[in-house]
Amino acid sequence: MILFFARRNFTDEPKKDIVIAMRIHEYQAKELLESYGIPVPRGLVVTTPAEARAAAEEIGGPVVIKAQIHAGGRGQAGGILTAADPGGAATAAARLLGRPLITAQTGPAGRVVRRVLVEEVLAVARELYAGLALSREDECLVLLVSPRGGVDIETLARGEPDLVLKQAISPAEGLLPAQAGRAAAALGLTGSASGQAARLFADLVRAFEATDASLVEINPLVLTEGGALAAADAKMKFDDNGLARHADIQALLDPGEISPEELEAARAGLSFIRLDGDVGCMVNGAGLAMATMDLVALAGGRPANFLDVGGGVSEDAVAKAFMLLTAEPGVRAALVNIFGGIVRCDLVAQGIVRAARERGVHIPVVIRMEGTNVELGRRILAGSGLPFSTAPDMEMAAREAVRLARESGASR
Amino acid sequence: MSILVDASTRVLIQGLTGREGTFHARQMLEYGTAVLAGVTPGKGGTRHLGLPVFDTVAEAVRAVGVDASVVFVPALAAAAAVMEAAAAGIRLIVCITEGIPALDIVRIKTFLHGTPAKLIGPNTPGIISPGLTKLGIMPGAIHKPGPVGVISRSGTLTYEAVNQLTSLGLGQSTAAGIGGDPIVGLSFVDLLEMFEKDPATEAVVLIGEIGGSAEEQAARTIRSGFPKPVVGYVAGLTAPPGRRMGHAGAIISGGHGTAAQKIALLEEAGVHVVRNPARIGEAAAAVLARRP
Repeated sequence: MILFFARRNFTDEPKKDIVIAMRIHEYQAKELLESYGIPVPRGLVVTTPAEARAAAEEIGGPVVIKAQIHAGGRGQAGGILTAADPGGAATAAARLLGRPLITAQTGPAGRVVRRVLVEEVLAVARELYAGLALSREDECLVLLVSPRGGVDIETLARGEPDLVLKQAISPAEGLLPAQAGRAAAALGLTGSASGQAARLFADLVRAFEATDASLVEINPLVLTEGGALAAADAKMKFDDNGLARHADIQALLDPGEISPEELEAARAGLSFIRLDGDVGCMVNGAGLAMATMDLVALAGGRPANFLDVGGGVSEDAVAKAFMLLTAEPGVRAALVNIFGGIVRCDLVAQGIVRAARERGVHIPVVIRMEGTNVELGRRILAGSGLPFSTAPDMEMAAREAVRLARESGASR
Repeated sequence: MSILVDASTRVLIQGLTGREGTFHARQMLEYGTAVLAGVTPGKGGTRHLGLPVFDTVAEAVRAVGVDASVVFVPALAAAAAVMEAAAAGIRLIVCITEGIPALDIVRIKTFLHGTPAKLIGPNTPGIISPGLTKLGIMPGAIHKPGPVGVISRSGTLTYEAVNQLTSLGLGQSTAAGIGGDPIVGLSFVDLLEMFEKDPATEAVVLIGEIGGSAEEQAARTIRSGFPKPVVGYVAGLTAPPGRRMGHAGAIISGGHGTAAQKIALLEEAGVHVVRNPARIGEAAAAVLARRP
C-alpha cells in the first residue's frame, strides 16, 4: 500500500508530501541490498519478451522469470516461472507482461505486470529466513531468523515459535558479534557459511539504518550447494518520515502501483484510503476520522473512505478533498466532520463552498463543525445558498448522512 | 492540582520564531502560560513576541531558568532539538513536531534514558492543565478546570472528548496527548500512575486507537488496582487490517492491535468503554455520579 500525507508545515520547512509505508519492487530491493554488500543472484529487469531473451542469453543456463508487482503470493499465483533457455524466457515473459496478476494480496482485479526480473537459477541446498524490523514494543530494531525459509514468517511464528529466533538490537551498542553468532547458529550454519551470515546480518543493519527502512526481509535466504548465501527474494519498506532525507529512495517509487485517487489525494497533501461503503467522510485528524467512520457504522451505514485533511490544511486542500470525496463513484452521501483547532471552520466552509460551486454537488452533504471560528463557518455555509444539511453534533450528523445515503441509493 | 504542568511551569519554545512557533506561542501566552524565552539557532540576542531569543537551550536555561520546553522544530531537526533540551537539564519536553523519522525517535529515547527529562510526544497536541497552563496547540477555550484527567493518542478526537466533558459541566485536571507515532515518550501507563497520585483527578478518560499495544498495557495497569474510575474509547472498530489510518501508529498488523481486542482487555480491567465516540462525556458524568 502506498499513501501520502502532509506533515504539519513547520516554520520555514518547504511543504512536502511524504509517502507512507513506501514499498519498492523486488529488483530494486536487491540492487539496494547488493550495494550494502549483501549477495544476490545475477539478474536483469526487463519490460519486453525480446529483452527477456537477451537477458537469459547474458545470464546463461536456466533462468527464473519473476513478475514485479507490489504484492506477495506471486509464486502460487503463477507469477514466477522458470525457463530452460532464452527462447523459454521470452515465452514466459510474454505470458506475464501486460497482464494482470491476481494473488492473495492484490484483490480480485490483480495488478498489471509491467516488468519482470530474469535471474539465474540457484542450486538450492537450504531455504532460510532473515528479516529486520523496527519493533514498537522493544523500541529498537529486531533481527528475526528462521531455518525454515520460503514460508510466511508471521504464520510460522504463531504456529512454531521455536523455529523463529528474535533478537533485539541495542540502539547504543548495535548488533553484537555474539548476537550475529547466535543467529547463524539458529540457521544451522557452520564454518564459512556462519561467517558469511554474520557479515550479512551486519550489512542488513547498515542498509536498514542508512535508508530509514521500516522492514527488510530476505525470504528465502538461500544456502547454495556451493556453500554460499544469496538473497533469493527481497522485500523492503521504508519509514515515510525518513524519506524526506533520502531523495534516492523516493526516486524508486513506482506511481503505477498507486491508485489514481490516492495519488491525487497525495498531491493535495491529504491522507486518503478508499473503503467499500457509500458514506464519504471528510474529517480533520486521524483519530476523529476513525471515530467518524465508527459512528457511520453504528448508525447502520458503511464508510466509503478514510480522509484526513490534516492539521495545517489550506482552503485549496479542503476544496480538493471535497471534490475528491464527492466524485467517488460509490459515494451516495457525504459527511463532513470538522473540529477546528488549528484549522479554522471558516476556511473549511470556504473550501467546501468553492468546490461545490465549481464542480456542483450531486449527492446530499451533511456538515458538522465545531471549534475555532465555528460561527463564521456556519454563516458562510448558510449564506452560500447551497443545499447542505448541518448537524449540531457528530452523532446526529452521522445518522443523517447514513439516512440520506440510503434514500439516495434507493432513488437510483 | 494537575499532573506534570501547572501555573509555575516555566516554558521555553524551541522554534519560537518560525510560523507555527510564533502562532502557538502567542496562543499560549494569551492562555496565561509562563512562556519566558525562545530558542532559534542564529537568532540569539534578538527578541520575538517580547521574549528573549537564544541560540541554544543551555543559554536559555542559564539566563531565564526555564524547566519545560515545547518543540516546534522541523521534523528532520527535531531529534537534535529534543536531545539538546534534555542535555541542558529541561525536565519536561513536549514535542509537537509531526513526521520525525522513527529511527530518530529511537535515538531520542536512548539518549533520554541517561537524563531525568520526560518526553511528551512527538506528534502530540501537547498538554494542558485548564486554568493553569497550556503547553501545546489545543484550543484553550474548550477546556475548563475540573476533576477529569484526559489521555489520548489523537488530537482533534481529544478536543471532541474535552468539548463533550465541558458541555456537561465537567472540567479537566490535565489533558494530555501521548502522540500518534509508533514510538513515543510518556505512555498511557506513565500518565495513569501520575493521575493516580493527583488528588484533583477523580476520574480518567482514556482515548485509544488501533495499532500498537499502549491500550493493552494501560488495561494491565488499571486491572492491577487503579483506584479511580476510567472511561475508555478506542477509535477504529471499522478500520481494515493492514491499512494505516493517518497516524503512523494506527495500523492493524498481523491481527494485532485491533480495536475489538483493546476494548475487550479494557473492559476486563473494569474500564467503562463506550462504542459511540459521541457518548464519552456522558459516560464520564455517569461514572462520577456513581461514586460513593
